[in-house]
Amino acid sequence: MQLAIEVRKLVKTYPGRPPVEAVRGIDLTVEVGQCYGFLGPNGAGKTTTIEILEGLMSATSGSIRLLDLDWRSNQRQLRQRIGVSLQETKMSDNLTVLETVKLFRSFYNSGISAEDAIQKVSLLEKSKARVKTLSGGQRQRLAIACAIVGSPQLLFLDEPTTGLDPASRRQLWDIIRGFREAGQTILLTTHYMEEAERLCDRVAIIDQGRIIAEGTPPELIRGLGAEHVIEIPLETMKKAIEASAVSGLPTVQQVEVQDNCLRIAVGQPHLALPKLLDALSSRGLEMTGLSIRHATLEDVFISLTGRNIDNGSANGAPTRIVNSGSTSLN
Amino acid sequence: MVLNQDTMNTSPTRESNTPSGNSSPLLQMVKARLLEFIRQPEAIFWVYVFPVLMMVALGVAFRSRSVETFDVLIVEGTQAHSVAQILEGASDFAFNLSILSADECATRLRTGKTSLVIETKGESYVYRFDPTRPGSMAAKAAADQTLQVAAGRQDVFEAEEVASTEPGGRYIDFLVPGLLGLGLMGGGLFGVGFVIVDMRIRKLLKLYMATPMKRSHFLMSLMLSRMVFMIPEVLLLLVMAWLFFGVLIFGSLWLVILLIVLGSIQFSGIGLLIASRVRTLEAASGLLNLVMLPMWTLSGVFFSYDNFPQAIHPLIKALPLTPLIDALRAAILEGEGLTQLIPELAIIMVWAIASFGVALLIFRWQD
Repeated sequence: MQLAIEVRKLVKTYPGRPPVEAVRGIDLTVEVGQCYGFLGPNGAGKTTTIEILEGLMSATSGSIRLLDLDWRSNQRQLRQRIGVSLQETKMSDNLTVLETVKLFRSFYNSGISAEDAIQKVSLLEKSKARVKTLSGGQRQRLAIACAIVGSPQLLFLDEPTTGLDPASRRQLWDIIRGFREAGQTILLTTHYMEEAERLCDRVAIIDQGRIIAEGTPPELIRGLGAEHVIEIPLETMKKAIEASAVSGLPTVQQVEVQDNCLRIAVGQPHLALPKLLDALSSRGLEMTGLSIRHATLEDVFISLTGRNIDNGSANGAPTRIVNSGSTSLN
Repeated sequence: MVLNQDTMNTSPTRESNTPSGNSSPLLQMVKARLLEFIRQPEAIFWVYVFPVLMMVALGVAFRSRSVETFDVLIVEGTQAHSVAQILEGASDFAFNLSILSADECATRLRTGKTSLVIETKGESYVYRFDPTRPGSMAAKAAADQTLQVAAGRQDVFEAEEVASTEPGGRYIDFLVPGLLGLGLMGGGLFGVGFVIVDMRIRKLLKLYMATPMKRSHFLMSLMLSRMVFMIPEVLLLLVMAWLFFGVLIFGSLWLVILLIVLGSIQFSGIGLLIASRVRTLEAASGLLNLVMLPMWTLSGVFFSYDNFPQAIHPLIKALPLTPLIDALRAAILEGEGLTQLIPELAIIMVWAIASFGVALLIFRWQD
């Protein structure tokens, strides 16, 4: 299997006082044809990593090979073979969509026509429109058209849907999924769990410059040992139930009290739930709400870091997590 | 959204040179710059219309008058009316006269509303004026001449006078090369410097760096598009100056073109240097003003730098705009040739090469 990306012990430290360790030793392997996702909160080091891979920034140490090539000795070939969409690029306002894509097409020795690239991002009816008249989602699709017009063997998308409304986001997902189905190799970054789960063959969860978990989304969720999550609003339990009182129940993997919610990761809800209800009622607690849902990558992230991904590291609310190591129903 | 299979098909095969595909990147970039420029009405106004308006306004304000009129006040008194009569009867000069109280005359003189105050003192006169104010010495000389002759002074000899208002020596003739130079400076600094900073802020420069675009093509496209914008700018100014004021080019047209091209390259280089590290529009405008303002005043755009002390002339002549305007004036008004302009050309070349060299060394391409 040919590797699209091979990264070993990548480190990036920004000089300063104190130096900022943005990337602290990342190993990464992406196979040809994969859609690979970097998932993590803002400031986790995703953009730094992807920009080093794109050859826009130098690494402090570590080795990188893209498509069996090296930035130091094969810069020119690599530039022809990768396509890049940066986070928040503003194209020239006074050019039309077609003029912009044609300009980018002219940089590449080979590729598809500008019209084809525009069609692939469903922007054909806006071909003659000036960039300044486009919506956020249309601008993002234009950026992707510019990234694919050189028929890249490897496509980098840095936060392709950040700041977009849900409808535009879904439209972009459809487009990216189309690329993936056509065999395009993609590396994308996102801080939306749902996006990574829907689009990516494999995901690396990044936090504070390190990969803390890696695998396919189902693998990562299975790694929790609990594919379901029971959530109970906390207002009903003012006397603060001890997490440990619940953690010993059948198939319960993890109990967490965060914000106003008791969140219980559980392998088999039908076994855990009766005991849970007993435990609550024996303490004289009445419930006003209860929900059971499938676990998501969000739960994986919380279980690994103790934080919500949206809150990043600035989460002040204390979180108590109890892992029950003994249970193994898998 | 529903996509049909056609639009979703990203075939990994790399076709090359499709019909609308791979035209020259340099050409595409120049074209993009030109399109961006002509689609901004405000840019068209500042680059093309404003210099012509400024030329017309200044040309009309400072047009040569056949007979100059002097503003003169006479202090109230028994002789005041006879003095006024003498001055009104002058054949060589025209006076704009008023008779006012001594206090009022003093106030008007102090506030610069009159050039000269005349007061009778026995058989003679007192002239009050501010010698540092333009026109006051001429007003005094004209009034004195008229009063002396009226009092009986005989001219010792009759000099022959040849009046000359030929094109080439008027203020408008002085002004047009200055405005040309100013246009080249503004165009280079904004057309290259500001455009680059704007691209950097938009992260467009960084995105270009992620493509196979050649840096040399990028820089050349900026220079070439500058050259193209400049042609109508220069032509418009010269043609309007000729139509409205009869301004002519006395020297070689080729030399003028060479100077314009070199000047444009020089200021593109300085624009590039200004833009080489700046990351905000505020810093860019600050730097551009810092560079342009001294040259607006010192380099002899609107008035000769001979008005400044001799001691700082070498400094003024070393500024990039000064040799350009000096050489343009020499070529347009005095018809001088290439060899006489070598010192000016040398300074321009040094600026061009040094600014490009330093800019390329310190340029921030990727962030």
